[in-house]
Amino acid sequence: MLLLNIFVKNAFRHKLRTILTIVGITIAILAFGLLRTVVTAWYAGVEASSASRLVTRNAISLIFSLPISYREKLIRMPGVRQVSLANWFGGVYVTEKNFFPNFAIEPKSYLELYPEFVLEPAEKEAFLHDRKGAVAGRKLAQRFGWKVGDSIPLRGTIYPGTWLFVLRGIYRGAESSTDENQFFFQWDHLNESMLKSTPRRANQVGVYVLGLTNPNMAAEVSRTVDATFKNSLAETLTETEKAFQLSFIAMTEAIVVAIQIVSFVVIVIIMAVVANTMAMTARERIGEYAVFKTLGFSWWHIAGMIFGESFFITFAGCALGIALTFPVARSFGAQLSSFFPTFNVARETIYLDLAAAIVIGLVAGIFPAWRAVTIRIADGLRRIG
Amino acid sequence: MTTDTPETTASPIVRLRSVSKSYRRGGQIVPVLEEITFDIAQGEFLALMGPSGSGKSTLLNLIAGIDKVDSGAIFVGGVEITALSESELAIWRGLNVGFIFQFYNLIPVLTAFENVELPLLLTPLNRRERREHVEMALRVVGLADRMDHRPGQLSGGQQQRVAIARAVVTDPTLLVADEPTGDLDRRSAEEILHLLERLNRESGKSVIMVTHDPRAAEQARTVRHLEKGFLADAAS
Repeated sequence: MLLLNIFVKNAFRHKLRTILTIVGITIAILAFGLLRTVVTAWYAGVEASSASRLVTRNAISLIFSLPISYREKLIRMPGVRQVSLANWFGGVYVTEKNFFPNFAIEPKSYLELYPEFVLEPAEKEAFLHDRKGAVAGRKLAQRFGWKVGDSIPLRGTIYPGTWLFVLRGIYRGAESSTDENQFFFQWDHLNESMLKSTPRRANQVGVYVLGLTNPNMAAEVSRTVDATFKNSLAETLTETEKAFQLSFIAMTEAIVVAIQIVSFVVIVIIMAVVANTMAMTARERIGEYAVFKTLGFSWWHIAGMIFGESFFITFAGCALGIALTFPVARSFGAQLSSFFPTFNVARETIYLDLAAAIVIGLVAGIFPAWRAVTIRIADGLRRIG
Repeated sequence: MTTDTPETTASPIVRLRSVSKSYRRGGQIVPVLEEITFDIAQGEFLALMGPSGSGKSTLLNLIAGIDKVDSGAIFVGGVEITALSESELAIWRGLNVGFIFQFYNLIPVLTAFENVELPLLLTPLNRRERREHVEMALRVVGLADRMDHRPGQLSGGQQQRVAIARAVVTDPTLLVADEPTGDLDRRSAEEILHLLERLNRESGKSVIMVTHDPRAAEQARTVRHLEKGFLADAAS
């Protein structure tokens, strides 16, 4: 108990130095936590994807569409229980700064395939029966102050003109990872407009979403779908929703890797700072450690005091850093909700914070402990006075 | 009483046999002690004197088990400490030797009570027993009313008395003091020497004291001189 008392008292012998070191660790852990949360948010779509859904798109590229006629063939394929479709609309609300994902979907089948988008039954009914109706996620509606019944104009970028929708519902996510920043309207509305204005762009689908009867059949169904449309004008590429989402991530993988590297660099830097603090501390107290050894304290008592102090400082900073990560991430996520629909601090991030604290405490204490343990008592005592 | 003749009536607590020690300085080996052989009797108060660099502190360190001989053997209380491993030596020091340093070497973040309690943490005593021992040791040195003071709140003489309380709290057989009055004013120095003399006389502690100060040496019962690594009075 007295030894615990000693390293706690020792830790605050140079209050300013210790406080600055703790602040440094707090900032490093906070930065590390936020960067890791950015990475987690980057993969949020992947995490939220279902194993029982496949996505079929044009084999050449996402920007090429598939004919609506494929739908009938897809629904008859073994292992497929439901088929829905979606077109990336790319509409702009007032200004480009107000970016959010908006899709034309076939509502009934889509909502059936995505039970994580939870709508009140009355709102769902209203959406299904209104050709110009739309639904928005809870965060998106909050962001723009939309209420059910509001008219929402979107300026088309892919599909020209100003499109007016009536908000029929606001969905909430069943899970914390569900994206509540999306906007959906009826594919039929888009298609009918295309039939009138540019018929050659009508009856085209961006992606088909296939609901499987059994997730274990994903590979088999994918192969069957792609084989069916082999050598057609629009060959398909079918993959799991997870793989589909990962293909987006892959486009920006360099950024994710850079963020991951920076997050670890932050830890390495603070490790060097804490190691320097502990080295200075141990150098100043080498005479005291010699006294402890003289009194009969063994090497592990000495090492325990140094590592205890190192861990005390590191964990104090880590605890503060973790405590701050949550409110800062909340605020950060609110500011960047258009880029990161979900910005939650993952449990793994906290584990990584703790692991980083352990590594920092350990590495920072090794050299001073080794030095204090190995120095001859007579040499250590000579440093005093 | 002061004498230059070693006490030989009691059985020796310390026996040195052909002890040699050298240090390496800048690639050169500098002999510090050469073939030292002598005994220190049980209950002795011995002052080791000599000029700087004569090897007296080194000799004290070797006897106290905080440094290793190059050759030779040292027996303390019948134990050949030169044959002990580092960890065995640490345990042995904790049980058998009390240390008093020139600069007191108290832990500044701990109170006088906690400083004195330190050696007892290595014993099986419980908290209440430790408290009793510490209070008694502080009473012996006359600092029972200062036990909650930190070293920085005490004078040099008081700090040295706390150091003496720390040295005796485990009831060791041997007290070693390296220039215990070297950093004190005359009055404080006399108090410390008197305290050491009283511990030797009343409690029967064997005391080995390194000092430059002839007045300090006068308190000892035996004085031995070291010159360039040899006992100057070895022949006597």
